[in-house]
Amino acid sequence: MIFKNSLFKKSLSTLLALTGVLTLSITLFSIILLGKESWSFFQKVPLKDFLFGTHWAPLLEPKSFGVLPLLSGTFMIVILSISLALPLGLLTATFLSEFASPHWRKWLKPALEILAGIPTVVYGYFALTFITPLLKSIYPPTEIFNALSASIVVGIMILPMISSLCDDAFFDFPISLKEGALSLGATPFEFITQILYPASLSRIGAALVLAISRAIGETMAVTIAAGATPKITLNPFESIQTMTAYIVQVSLGDTPAGGIEYQTCFAVGALLFILTFFFNWIGHKIMTRWSWELS
Amino acid sequence: MTVFDIKNFSVFYGPKEAVKSVSLKIKKNKVTAVIGPSGCGKSTFLRSLNRMNDFIPNLTTKGEIFFFKENIQKTNPVDLRRKIGMVFQRPNPFPKSIYKNIIWGPKINGYKCNWDELVETSLQKTGLWDEVKDRLNDSALNLSGGQQQRLCIARAIAMNPDVILMDEPCSALDPAATARIEDLIEELSQNYTILIVTHNMQQAARVSEETAFFYNGQLIEFGATKDLFTKPKEKRTEDYITGRFG
Ligand SMILES: Nc1ncnc2c1ncn2[C@@H]1O[C@H](COP(=O)(O)OP(=O)(O)O)[C@@H](O)[C@H]1O
Ligand SMILES: [Mg+2]
Repeated sequence: MIFKNSLFKKSLSTLLALTGVLTLSITLFSIILLGKESWSFFQKVPLKDFLFGTHWAPLLEPKSFGVLPLLSGTFMIVILSISLALPLGLLTATFLSEFASPHWRKWLKPALEILAGIPTVVYGYFALTFITPLLKSIYPPTEIFNALSASIVVGIMILPMISSLCDDAFFDFPISLKEGALSLGATPFEFITQILYPASLSRIGAALVLAISRAIGETMAVTIAAGATPKITLNPFESIQTMTAYIVQVSLGDTPAGGIEYQTCFAVGALLFILTFFFNWIGHKIMTRWSWELS
Repeated sequence: MTVFDIKNFSVFYGPKEAVKSVSLKIKKNKVTAVIGPSGCGKSTFLRSLNRMNDFIPNLTTKGEIFFFKENIQKTNPVDLRRKIGMVFQRPNPFPKSIYKNIIWGPKINGYKCNWDELVETSLQKTGLWDEVKDRLNDSALNLSGGQQQRLCIARAIAMNPDVILMDEPCSALDPAATARIEDLIEELSQNYTILIVTHNMQQAARVSEETAFFYNGQLIEFGATKDLFTKPKEKRTEDYITGRFG
């Protein structure tokens, strides 16, 4: 036994309990701070104007606090990056679990995980100095700061998360079901699309929701590459601003603490928190509801 | 009439010979049992017949197997598997409804028929219809182990195969469920050729008309089940059936 000494055992469990309490208090403290500052913000700006206003200009006169442009910027990044990462991640996972030899697997999995370890700042500059020029050469009206370029790198960032979670799901899939399908005259393609994917929906869904959460919260790459122009647009070649990028802008600027401009950060932060929380909750729902059952 | 004509057939996992130059003929609409101690190559042999071994890397074969005079190595494996159903050691229904479990195989293979009828007749033939007719859209995973295994047999039958291969189909079932499957095998043998791998000699004696005894990859003895169990020709067969080893 490693933990022979009962004193050691006791102090270890105390330490663990303390860390647990600490984590919980930090979380609680953040929520309280977020709530308090947002509360005083909403004393001055009606919630309705914040949530449904289509103009965001808290730093300029006349001030305007409609958050929809930031939301639209965030969701543009989310939708574009997911549209890239989900199919690619699924294909990668399918290849890894169904077709790759153990040798390929041994190399490809860690290689993919390296992608997740690159600092996000690097992704931002990669987007700005490589992808944007590339987009510009294909489609000249592309702006220097644009949503598509940032979405592409966010997509690359969340790809390993999707492919790795899906690969785990597919790899765990009972071999007996695969044999059952093949013994009925199915091709591997029919097995993959009609048995494997539907049966793994809950886990694919969980991966997807986690990836969405990650894309919503992604900060550096979108601050650097997507610009600081809050606007509601469907054109991915234009500059936009996400919620996270706005918080960075205010934090780095010389906005005095305590003012309403400063408090916008907390209001946007609270919205961000609620959104992420919501997606995690949805993810949990999907996982418990859809598991393996009817497909 | 001969369904399978197996000629000097060997299977190698890498360098290891798991089935050693086996020759035998499987007759139509009979139940043939394959017995022998664990690891003697029964499953490997059975899976060769519908080319399920194609999916195992580093596996090679020697010799020939003819399925109704056609060399199976030269037929399209998907066509082959349509005509040769398989039931596995553990029930493996798809995580779909009972209904969809039955029609999935015929559907992907482009069969055209009345699906409701197909589901009913397949379930009738396996004695499952009365038990599940009111919950065809429930998940197959909610069935008991024995019901799941009968569903898997129904799923194989829905493809209208000539042959059904069963690899220890009762090893995960309780005695009552096992008895039901054994009765079912007897009924089905009127219309289908059945090969059943089993390590349970009483089961082989009960359900089969012919028995093949494998030992260490070799086919030691093959003949009418009655003869093989009452007056075996080979010493090793006798030792095995009298329980002296295995
Ligand atoms: N996929 C495989 N790779 C390598 N060896 C295998 C594989 N499957 C089975 N074998 C070996 O082949 C021999 C026969 O196995 P099997 O056909 O499963 O026997 P049985 O079904 O009679 O128990 C055993 O020695 C087993 O270890
Ligand atoms: Mg076996």
